[in-house]
Formats: sequence, C-alpha cells, structure tokens
Amino acid sequence: MLKLSNAQIAWRAAQDIADGAYVNLGIGFPEMVAKFQPPGREAIFHTENGILNFGESPEPGEEDWDLINAGKKAVTLKPGASFFHHADSFAMVRGGHLDVAILGAYQVSESGDLANWSTGPKGVPAVGGAMDLVHGAKRVAVITEHVTKDGKPKLLDRCTLPLTGVACVTRVYTSHAVIDIAGRFILREKLAGVSLEELQNMTGAKLHLDGPVLDLNVPEV
Amino acid sequence: MDKTLPSLTEAVSGIPDGASVMIGGFGGSGSPIELIHALIDRFHATGHPTGLTVINNNAGNGHVGLAALIEAGMVAKLICSFPRSADPVVFTELYLAGKIELELVPQGTLAERIRAGGAGIPAFYTPTSYGTDLAQGKPVEVFEGRPYVQERWLKADFALIKAQVGDRFGNLTYRAAARNFSPLMATAAKVTIAQVSVIGEIDPEAVITPGIFVQAVVQVENPKQEETLNRQKAAYPC
Repeated sequence: MLKLSNAQIAWRAAQDIADGAYVNLGIGFPEMVAKFQPPGREAIFHTENGILNFGESPEPGEEDWDLINAGKKAVTLKPGASFFHHADSFAMVRGGHLDVAILGAYQVSESGDLANWSTGPKGVPAVGGAMDLVHGAKRVAVITEHVTKDGKPKLLDRCTLPLTGVACVTRVYTSHAVIDIAGRFILREKLAGVSLEELQNMTGAKLHLDGPVLDLNVPEV
Repeated sequence: MDKTLPSLTEAVSGIPDGASVMIGGFGGSGSPIELIHALIDRFHATGHPTGLTVINNNAGNGHVGLAALIEAGMVAKLICSFPRSADPVVFTELYLAGKIELELVPQGTLAERIRAGGAGIPAFYTPTSYGTDLAQGKPVEVFEGRPYVQERWLKADFALIKAQVGDRFGNLTYRAAARNFSPLMATAAKVTIAQVSVIGEIDPEAVITPGIFVQAVVQVENPKQEETLNRQKAAYPC
C-alpha cells in the first residue's frame, strides 16, 4: 500500500521547524529530521548530553569520542556551539526553552499520551531522557509509521504500553497523515491516494475533521 | 594547599566496602577509565572494595571501565537511566540472574537529584515521569494547574570523575561534551577524586568546577577512551 518512507516522514516534520528554532531530536529515526531543514532556515539542535548547535557526523577516523550526541554517535560542531553540564541541559528541556522536540513512538493516544520507552516487563528496562523530553518543549511532535509492522494501529484511544508521558504530544507525522492532538485526533493532511475511510480503519480512535484536509505532498528524498 | 596525588592507587585507596560511588561520564565520553581500573586493581589485590552502589548514566559497554567494574563483581546496585549500550552483556547477564540491583531514574531527574544533593535541597518537584510506572509511590502535587512528582536528592560517599585540566586547588576544566554529569557529581559526593589530563594553572574565568568541590586530583596524561578500547575488543584486566 502507498505510504511515505521514514525519510519522507522526517522531511515533512522538518518543514514545520521555523528559522531560529531550538530543537531536540530523539535518538534513532527522529535524528533524520536534521537532514531536511528547508534552505535558508537555521535551526539549533540540542542534545541531552550537553551540546547546542552540533552538526553532522565526522568522516570515519575523524571521530572525537568526547564529542558525541545522545545516541552516542560522534558529531561535529557548528559555529556558535556550546557545551554545558546535564543539569543545565535538562533545564533547557523541562524549563520550556526548547521550541520543538521530535520523538519516535510505539503508541500515541488521542489525549496526547505517549508510549515510547518500554514494550513491557521483559529484559532490562532503560528510559534515558525519554520521560524528560516530553515535558517542556513548546511543541512535542511524534514521527512514526501509521501502523505497527503487523498492521495494528499505533494511534489509539488509550495507550496499552507503559507510558512515557501524559497529554504531552501535540502533533503526529505518520507514514500516511499529519494529525494534530487536542484531546482528540484532528486530521490535517493525508496522502491523496488514501481515502478517509481507509485511514480511519488504520487508526485506533476517531479522526476528527476541523477545517480542510490537505494533501500530504512529499517529494522523493 | 595541594590536592594533587602522585598515583591512581593512592587516589582510590580510601574507598571502603559498601560505599556509594558516583562515576562521571555519558557512555564513554567523560568516563574516568583509569580511576575505575585502579579500583579494580585494588579489588584483585585485596578483595576490597565490594558491595558498591554505583551512580552513572549507563551500565557500561563491553569489558572495560564501568562494565569491567561490574564484571569483577564489585557492584551490588546501580542507579542509572539507560543500562543499555552497544555491548551491555556484563550488566544484562547479572541483572537477569538477579545478581545486581537496578534503580532506574529518568536522565534529567538523575541529573537534578545529584544537583539537589550537592546543593542541600532534599526534594524537588518535576513534571518528568508523572503518570508513568516510574512515578509509582511518589508524592504528586499540582502547581499552576499541572501535576508534578516529588523526587529526592542523591548524594554519595565518593565521586570519580574525569576532567581536562586541574590545579593544586582542585579547580577543573573539562573537554567538549565530556563534562556531562561530572560537575554535578563533584558537588554531591563527600570525596571527589578527579583524574585530569593536565595539572597546571587555570584562568579563573575558565574554571567549570571550583576546587571547593574537589578533594583529590591525579594526573593521567593520555586517558583512554572507552569507545576506542571497545573497538579494539579490549577487556580489563587482561
């Protein structure tokens, strides 16, 4: 079935990041968003371990292992970068100083609850900064496939997996749609080739309409 | 005043069984590998210290540094936010066998608990973890219409940290993103031991950790990086 690739979901999310925004991208898939900043815009990226304004990975062999991001990958610095300790870093997070946080998700509920840290009690639990990052940024957005690998909805009336945060997500960019959350799912954009009924059938809670639903147009990237 | 010590051996000689030890670093960045290895050497020579409670963001990677400390059987409990890594086999096996205790703390809460410990603030409220499994049993209060979870300070007997330049007063600078938890841990431990690449003068404008928070400074000229050791498949002590 027609859907966006991960890179295309990341591209779409990047279009909503304003010039001059301070942005935290979650580890993994969300890191891809940085590649798709629209020309002429300069966002400043924050990493929890203590850097503002880091850039791309260095060439292999050029890594400095004191210069890593939250995913423990080697990064470089851009002009105007700064270092800081962990309490300052999370003051930036919880204190409302970041404009946008873009995170991955296992599940998102129509009330904005997010589950993205644990798939249940098996194995070694690990939370990292996930529970901090959902609080404080002016916008907390999620990028995700619309359904799980076996076709189950990830957008639900209630999350069934352990929560990362309550009522924290404000927008979801999926492989099929862009949906705002304000106590309910409000459909803003969908792929032109997917009908509203098809999209509703892939979604675990009612999709509400509030104004026009635009076509979700994303170039090949 | 001279807080510099001549050897790593001397630096770690006072850490007793059952001590709580904060260890700086985020993954390998800022990890005081040589101090940790000196502690392992002491354990192999004397059987002590053991039963340690270690506070770090992670649980070690591969078979060096913190992972080697855990592998040696010296750690009874770990307080951390993310006990996974590229090669977390040491911690994972002990944890799943029930041989090491884990207190899982969100990363920003871990940092703030340590900051509070160093600042004499016994408790604080944070939005982090509200409504989740990690808030169970903790008091909740509403401020300005939003719920917040009460968290307690975190202090320790010792902190082992890595810095770039140290002087005889214990003033420290750090390198790049390697500072992470270390300036906080230095404030929250009764005894903070810093390994530094360079012992020398520091411009007061450049001091990150003022010497009042540091009790011992020991020079390690070319400190090893955990990531580099792991790429070489190194294991400590062999």
